[in-house]
Amino acid sequence: MNESKRNSTETDDWEPLKAFTNARIALGKTGVSIPLNESLQFRLAHAHAKDAVYSQLNVPELQAILEKTGLPVYCLKSAAENRDIYLQRPDFGRLLNPSSAETLQKLNSPPADVCLIIADGLSATAIMKNAGPVVQLLVDKVKQAGFSLAPLLIIEQGRVAITDAVGEWLRPRLAIIFIGERPGLSSFDSMGAYITYAPQPGLTDERRNCMSNIREQGLPPELAVDKLMYLIQTAFRMQLTGVALKDNNELGASTVYPQLPT
Amino acid sequence: MPYPFTIGSFTYHFADLKELLAKASPLRSGDRLAGLAADSYEERVAAQMALADLPLITFLTEAVIPYETDEVTRLIIDSHDKQAFTPISHFTVGDLRDWLLGDEADTVMLRQIAPGLTPEMVAAVSKLMRNQDLILVAKKCEVVTRFRNTQGLSGHLSVRLQPNHPTDDTKGIAASIIDGLLYGSGDAMIGINPATDSPAATARLLYMLDGLRERFDMPTQNCVLSHITTTMQLVEERVPVDLIFQSIAGTEKANASFGVSLSLLREAHEAGLSLKRGTLGNNLMYFETGQGSALSSNGHHNVDQQTCEARAYAVARAFNPFLVNSVVGFIGPEYLFDGKQIIRAGLEDHFCGKLLGLPMGMDICYTNHAQADQDDMDTLLTLLGVAGINFIMGIPGADDIMLNYQSTSFHDALYLRRVLGLRPAPEFEEWLLRQGIMDHRGNRLSGNTQKQLYAALVT
Repeated sequence: MNESKRNSTETDDWEPLKAFTNARIALGKTGVSIPLNESLQFRLAHAHAKDAVYSQLNVPELQAILEKTGLPVYCLKSAAENRDIYLQRPDFGRLLNPSSAETLQKLNSPPADVCLIIADGLSATAIMKNAGPVVQLLVDKVKQAGFSLAPLLIIEQGRVAITDAVGEWLRPRLAIIFIGERPGLSSFDSMGAYITYAPQPGLTDERRNCMSNIREQGLPPELAVDKLMYLIQTAFRMQLTGVALKDNNELGASTVYPQLPT
Repeated sequence: MPYPFTIGSFTYHFADLKELLAKASPLRSGDRLAGLAADSYEERVAAQMALADLPLITFLTEAVIPYETDEVTRLIIDSHDKQAFTPISHFTVGDLRDWLLGDEADTVMLRQIAPGLTPEMVAAVSKLMRNQDLILVAKKCEVVTRFRNTQGLSGHLSVRLQPNHPTDDTKGIAASIIDGLLYGSGDAMIGINPATDSPAATARLLYMLDGLRERFDMPTQNCVLSHITTTMQLVEERVPVDLIFQSIAGTEKANASFGVSLSLLREAHEAGLSLKRGTLGNNLMYFETGQGSALSSNGHHNVDQQTCEARAYAVARAFNPFLVNSVVGFIGPEYLFDGKQIIRAGLEDHFCGKLLGLPMGMDICYTNHAQADQDDMDTLLTLLGVAGINFIMGIPGADDIMLNYQSTSFHDALYLRRVLGLRPAPEFEEWLLRQGIMDHRGNRLSGNTQKQLYAALVT
């Protein structure tokens, strides 16, 4: 009896088409099934995404990086105690826990023009990789433009709308939250930025603008900061953010799609 | 009207029909998020027992969302077919469950009573059923629809080829389409989720798809999943629109958050019919739904997410759709937490849709923040194949690089066809054979002729 072929997989002739898309095309086959190597590559990408969802902020390290901006940095927590609660109760992730709210209340600082918030969201990895350089650059530009800045806030287990809870105590004219985006298989370290004019409890997501995929391989920090500065200035001029800013394509920013897990 | 139920010495009081339905629903995170879930395991079973005793006729007199405030309720009540309901009008919900599983309820009988069933009745009975019950009854339902080919025939499984690209790049999309076609996918439709919802971008994609279809004489239909108002504009401009897509939900308020109403859907349906592009039939609406959408737009009126979902099917069936797709795990873990909840919801949605007479398919999927993986998708895929699902998604390697979630692949579809002996839509199967993509040995890909077609496609 002949020995079976050690490798029974067949490749696809259209592998050159891979040049046109990052989609998993021309995977080849064994029978009608996906060859093992491709199956393991998929698992690896999923493992990275899952690890990113359960990653945690290294708060002391992040604080040290952010303090280089010269601004005071405060570390806060949302009302979601842990990741599993965070994933199931988005409403908790939109509220500050009582001691964090108290911290902000005691600050009693005069309202600033711009408040920057850094939250883990669905990928702390994204924040640890990208928040430092982006915030540093943005702080410099905001200062150069003559706007005042609130203390920097790090929030654990935060969702986008926790911006509004911060707004209740700090009353900034505008807030930007940098937050880890839901990891995809092709990117587990994408940071998003959501901009809210006059944040206060009760706002809905169509009052914000968002910029996504901020990372070296996506929207790089310098470009992201330029676009954010343009958005900040436009928002101050129009005294709003959200749907009314949507149609300006050059912004590279979009309004918040209602189904996004924000 | 309150519904009390006593277990031992304790009496549960369910304040009204919607509370009874919510408490009887198998556990899922979305009902907890809404504050509607049963507080204990016992309370859930108590609600199920109370629900089992409830006369079906109750659903015609007590609306879960008032008739006056919700047009979906009005649609459900006004379109209820009393004659079709007659054979089961004396049943309780529990009687209905036993009858559905019985031999009298065959394919023809189930088709006859469908217009007599309301979504709330169907949701209620599903809450009493185990997974195997949901599979067995759904398997008996056959819902056949036609546009350029035939969907839903028993023994057939179709695939929506979903060639999404993050920037709608035409070449990138074409590459995924070629890959899918050469793997035998695309009979349900070639359906693109565009990255941008502009009329110009949508039209560009539709012309590309139509050109490809005409060039290779493919018996399938195309769809670009833009907002329905965008598609309506393109119909007016005589752009080649085959299927008309829209996301829908089970309440007027949730539909409003999608920017649609029943009258808008009616207008779009008529516009689509006016094009007369279907060659075998005129089912042309393509709807997507999913548990949790009503709650996420705060339009759920304290009705549990599975009942809201079934109500979306009442919206769908008013328009004789070509296909309906429950995008089951896309919404995230705050609505369906893990593989177990996604699998249960998938079986419920398929059952409810089929029983109401809809051509149900499913995007068997999950996001990376849900507690699920490809093994869970394999399980649901296999169960739905056994249950006789009309179509599933085919996405290169199951990884959608535009929407950033995982679904099922072209290979997955071939697996399911192979293990269950299922075949593509008949007209499309003939085309696959003619092109040499598949051979007569059944669900095998033929390498040599694949090469030839590829060469033709890229020139």
